[in-house]
Amino acid sequence: MNFLSVIWDKILLFFLGIGDSFYLNFIKDNRWEYIVKGLGVTLEVTFFAVIVGILLGFIVAIIRSTHDKTGKLKFLNFICNLYLTVIRGTPVVVQLLIIYFVIFGSVRIDKVVVAVIAFGINSGAYVAEIVRSGIMSIDKGQFEAGRSLGFNYIQTMVYVILPQALKNVLPALGNEFIVLLKETSVAGYIALQDLTKAGDIIRSETYSPLMPLLAVAVIYLSVVMLLSFLIKKLERRLRNSEH
Amino acid sequence: MNTNENKSTEALIQVRGLKKHFKELNALNGIDIDIHQGDVVFVVGPSGSGKSTFLRCLNLLEEPTEGTILFEGTDITDSKTNINIHRQKMGMVFQQFNLFPHMTILKNLTIGPMKLQKKSFEEAKAEAMRLLERVGLADRANAYPNQLSGGQKQRIAIVRALCMKPDVMLFDEPTSALDPEMVGEVLSVMRDLAEEKMTMVVVTHEMAFAKEVASRVIFMDGGVILEEAAPEEFFENPKTERLQSFLAKVL
Ligand SMILES: Nc1ncnc2c1ncn2[C@@H]1O[C@H](COP(=O)(O)OP(=O)(O)OP(=O)(O)O)[C@@H](O)[C@H]1O
Ligand SMILES: [Mg+2]
Repeated sequence: MNFLSVIWDKILLFFLGIGDSFYLNFIKDNRWEYIVKGLGVTLEVTFFAVIVGILLGFIVAIIRSTHDKTGKLKFLNFICNLYLTVIRGTPVVVQLLIIYFVIFGSVRIDKVVVAVIAFGINSGAYVAEIVRSGIMSIDKGQFEAGRSLGFNYIQTMVYVILPQALKNVLPALGNEFIVLLKETSVAGYIALQDLTKAGDIIRSETYSPLMPLLAVAVIYLSVVMLLSFLIKKLERRLRNSEH
Repeated sequence: MNTNENKSTEALIQVRGLKKHFKELNALNGIDIDIHQGDVVFVVGPSGSGKSTFLRCLNLLEEPTEGTILFEGTDITDSKTNINIHRQKMGMVFQQFNLFPHMTILKNLTIGPMKLQKKSFEEAKAEAMRLLERVGLADRANAYPNQLSGGQKQRIAIVRALCMKPDVMLFDEPTSALDPEMVGEVLSVMRDLAEEKMTMVVVTHEMAFAKEVASRVIFMDGGVILEEAAPEEFFENPKTERLQSFLAKVL
């Protein structure tokens, strides 16, 4: 029972020292500012990376599904496949490091921008496959109906196929963005002070890991739960519009 | 829509030597036909004889392997022709309706005229409501397709094509996916169209309807037109043995 009593002591100490610990980790030297700024950076990187990811993902998805449907765009399709294979076959941290140290190695550039580019390019690959599966899931009669009215390929995509495809893949897309938010936690590898890095900085200054890391975890969890809630709501709104 | 006198001498659609091959399979083996303004051409034949393929070649949903299709004097099989312009003049009605499920009925009907013919919403809506009125569905303008019965969906699909003011309407088994009690309401809309001298090409298994409405009936078999005649002649006096045995089976 020695092990259990050690844990019990820790819990007891934690609750006894909770006020002190809170003061040390967040109030003293205005350490809470690390957390607030870090959260800001995390949200900023995620937000813009989502936009880059959506843009890239849609372009790649449209190229790939056009190729699947018509056999055209062979070269572009090849490039897209290469992109998907490389991005999905390597860890995001390695991609981030390569983009920071190799591609932008000799230029002075804001680390936030580097992170947005790296995570955006990474996310684009996953968004692309999600959107493509959505496009391919739409009955080909929808496409033919659009074309037979006189819409060209792009117009048919925009007015007929994509709105339906998007609705079908909204849960998967929402999930991808939640994954992305969490993945930006490796931004500390390029010394970008995001939320995770903020907790880690406090830990290294105060030598008390529990409080700052717990706070970071709770904040991630809250943001994820908020996002899930918003996505569910959006889904329900879209579903109601169709019956 | 009135018959255009100076155009009636030249065929609205002229098909010459039309072939369509899917890999090894030859779906169409040389089709020649003239379809004139006001013609109501019914296409019948056994399953797999190439009826749908022929119809879909007319608006290039299938790309012909060989041959030419002149539509209003333009060779639409020419790769320089902008097919999107000509498709606006060829309405198509599918077996599976293919309404856009994410749009209301009104949006289904107005999106083509608004985006392609630069009509204002008011203009497009007025025309859509006029046509909805005629098929008895004006009260469903704000419904979504999934809220309608099969027969209602198909009537809407016909109206959607009509909203583009087409010069010809192509129908591919428009009643085959319907419950029997809904077939009549769709046929009645088609009958009205035929009476107004809309040019129509109709693939169907409804022989009685063909007999009643067609100006010409075509029998396809093995990717060619085996026989063609006015409806009485076609059904009362079939010439080829293939058609005789086909009619014996379906009538
Ligand atoms: N996209 C395609 N790829 C390969 N083969 C096809 C394709 N479309 C049609 N075919 C083949 O071409 C032939 C003619 O088909 P088509 O659909 O035109 O026949 P149909 O007369 O309309 O038959 P049904 O009465 O069953 O609708 C059939 O053997 C069919 O299997
Ligand atoms: Mg068919």
